[in-house]
Amino acid sequence: MNPARDETALRLADAAWAARLFARDPHGLQAVVLRARAGPLRDRWLALLRATLPPGAPFRRLPPGSDTDRLTGGLDLEATLAAGRPVPAAGLLAEADGGILVVPMAERLAATHAALLAAVLDAGAIHLERHGLSCRRPARLGLVLLAEGDEPVPAILAERAALWLDLEGFRANAPLEPDALDALGPDVSLAEAAAALTEAAAACGIASLRPALMALRLARLAARGGGLRRGHLERVARLVLAPRAQRRPEPAQESPPPRPPADGADKEGRPLPDLLVEAVATALPPGLLSAFAAKAQGRSAGGDPARGRARAGLRGRPAGSRPGLPGNGRRLALSDTLQAAAPWQRLRAPPRPPLRFRLHRDDLRIQRVEPPAATTAVLVVDASGSAAAERLAEAKGAAEWLLAESYVRRTEVAVVAFRGQEAQLLLPPTRSLTRARRAIAGLPGGGGTPLAAGLELARRLAAAERRRGRTPLVVALTDGRANVALDGRTGREPARADAWRVAALLRAEGVATTVIDISARPRPEAAELAAALGARHLALPRAEPHRIAAALREDRG
Amino acid sequence: MAPVYPFSAIVGQEEMKRALMIAAVDPGIGGVMIFGDRGTGKSTAVRGLARLLPRIPMVEGCRFNCDPAEDAERCVPGCGAVAPRRVVQAPVPFVDLPLGATEDRVVGALDLEAALTQGARVFEPGLLARAHRGFLYIDEINLLDDHIVDLLLDVAQSGENIVEREGLSVRHPARFVLVGSGNPEEGELRPQLLDRFGLSVEVRTPTELAERIEVVRRRDAFDQDRAGFVAAQAAAERRIARRIDQARRRLAQTVVPDDVLTQAARLCLALGTDGLRGELTLLRAARALAALERRPEAQMADLKAVAPMALRHRLRRNPLDETGSTARIERAMAEVWGP
Repeated sequence: MNPARDETALRLADAAWAARLFARDPHGLQAVVLRARAGPLRDRWLALLRATLPPGAPFRRLPPGSDTDRLTGGLDLEATLAAGRPVPAAGLLAEADGGILVVPMAERLAATHAALLAAVLDAGAIHLERHGLSCRRPARLGLVLLAEGDEPVPAILAERAALWLDLEGFRANAPLEPDALDALGPDVSLAEAAAALTEAAAACGIASLRPALMALRLARLAARGGGLRRGHLERVARLVLAPRAQRRPEPAQESPPPRPPADGADKEGRPLPDLLVEAVATALPPGLLSAFAAKAQGRSAGGDPARGRARAGLRGRPAGSRPGLPGNGRRLALSDTLQAAAPWQRLRAPPRPPLRFRLHRDDLRIQRVEPPAATTAVLVVDASGSAAAERLAEAKGAAEWLLAESYVRRTEVAVVAFRGQEAQLLLPPTRSLTRARRAIAGLPGGGGTPLAAGLELARRLAAAERRRGRTPLVVALTDGRANVALDGRTGREPARADAWRVAALLRAEGVATTVIDISARPRPEAAELAAALGARHLALPRAEPHRIAAALREDRG
Repeated sequence: MAPVYPFSAIVGQEEMKRALMIAAVDPGIGGVMIFGDRGTGKSTAVRGLARLLPRIPMVEGCRFNCDPAEDAERCVPGCGAVAPRRVVQAPVPFVDLPLGATEDRVVGALDLEAALTQGARVFEPGLLARAHRGFLYIDEINLLDDHIVDLLLDVAQSGENIVEREGLSVRHPARFVLVGSGNPEEGELRPQLLDRFGLSVEVRTPTELAERIEVVRRRDAFDQDRAGFVAAQAAAERRIARRIDQARRRLAQTVVPDDVLTQAARLCLALGTDGLRGELTLLRAARALAALERRPEAQMADLKAVAPMALRHRLRRNPLDETGSTARIERAMAEVWGP
């Protein structure tokens, strides 16, 4: 490796290299999560991918908000009526067979659609049982899941994606050139490669076995059917395993070098898994691990959007229709009703005029409507200082109480913790008890109090929840004292100024908030923060879970 | 159809494999729900099992999978069988219910083609008819539309599917083994639906490095040469298929002795499981396992092996209790039955 090349160039070259390999076998690698701002760099990456695809391979784009029929295909009503026999319409998935489907705003994909895409990736085919059609169509395709910022891509798809690329923070005109694989190193047998990649994945705390398998596939593609070399494996470990690492692997030596050392004698004789772990470790910028992990976990469907309900709220996207009688608050879905009735007109009408459109009771379709109380409670927890462990336990209790209730009330819960220099998304919005327990367990406490960062993360999360058609509710468990500003500077004054500024923003955006004062003796700062937020202020020196939950219950009405 | 990863080549996951085989031996147990982490081969196992199911007598041409033994004279009207009926041997049906399936395809509806071209009312059976006497599999079951779930529950309860449309009224039997799989992180399963399942298993990613490596190796070998991999596994597949088939035949003669009955009742009492369904499932599962193990009567060992899968989804839930259901059952087993 050329020592003059910096980390940036390396990551860009990796991304370009990944595009080439993905183009060679999109279906085998299943998907790429491409985290990048919409702009020239992302476009160039997509262009590179497209240019490398075999000639004639389809390259389709899923328009955001597409309905299930557009995705899977269905009955082409117009053609059906014209032809007098059922004419199926190909969906985007079938059209993309043998090529690539680009999914913009993948973070906003409805959970049912995400699961559907996952099933298609697994089977290499679409199994359609819709509107009188029953068929299977080949759909051997790969997905490019475009995402921006911190919003996670549905976990069910992120899990299957071989590659997670992050192009955020690069210049728009940054060079995007794949380089030749230098420093190939000695030959590696397939059995060795499988074992080493699996071991390296385990060392990084990656629970699923898919990443190791995907890394192996990628290495094989890189070797182009030739022999596998150590250099292939190091590179795929960096590309596939590093972004998913849940913990920094134990370095083989005291401190890992900033970049892989030049190939040479120092690598000889060392076990392959160690070298791969080292390759992963060098690709992990310090401090970024937690951010990686939060993004990496992905968004679970969390039940609500799972059934497409969340989308049907007043602010949400339509969730389609289902057979049923209107009334009792259910609204008629007119065009779906007419579509449902259309094919049967010949059956119903006498062959001669008068030609009238005949609607039967069975044709009626009603709009699927989300119950109004689709709330996401964002708990913002102060994990700094000495009392952190206790407070976290309390927040955990509160989250679990909320979740236990949420089963009935359709509430989701997210947890943001702040300590040291930064805030961290501990738990993306979820309704799953299992996930909540796993996410909250084992967070260390201590350090400074970056209150502003915590509120800012909560604010962004609240905005994201609004876009999902849900009502956010921010609950801050804090004593209102801050000593780390947004930019990481320490000092009470700037820290407080920043926190109050974010609070004003939250208030201006109309997010309902509650401040729960968790200090041993109620302090004025928490009350002042509540005033700045326009929030309710509860002094609970020992925030007992059920009391927090009870307080929130009142809030939700 | 692309080759499916062979059931016999699945590394570890013994409880999941055992539960699926038990459900194949005794369809009356009420199906299997598989919860588990991503990438643990849940759907691979279920789809693999589909290839191992024995043949059963079917009426030739019947679109409702009628049982010739049950209704000796005739099938459901309009089923498509021609008189005189001929009985053929066909594999136990296995039907995949994909996400996004619409109601008309699940319960059946009028045949669109016949309506358009001939103006005729012909009933087109749905997935429920195809699954009669077989398996109905739903992957990511916790993401299934609520109204489809309600339909399934209704039919699973009555064993009969009734469709009325366009002046046509069809009624046909629909008894099937419901197999579901899903990731609890995607959302919890509705309690009413969870209740329907006889057995429930939880699969985890293996933690043993050697086992993990073996999983990756085998899966990679399969991806490289699917046909070759399947061929190499053929003998092992036949052995399992034979074992299931023989156990099915032996099931009626397999006995659950009184002392095993008593111990099952004591365990259920200690765990406070609701109703008798848990106890009944426990006994049936123990008997099916005994039949799989070629034993004339069920033993305590069978009971111990199936107790977690038969009972873990029937315990009252306490969201604050960190102890998983499996641990609670194991504790109760140790207390009631001794080590």
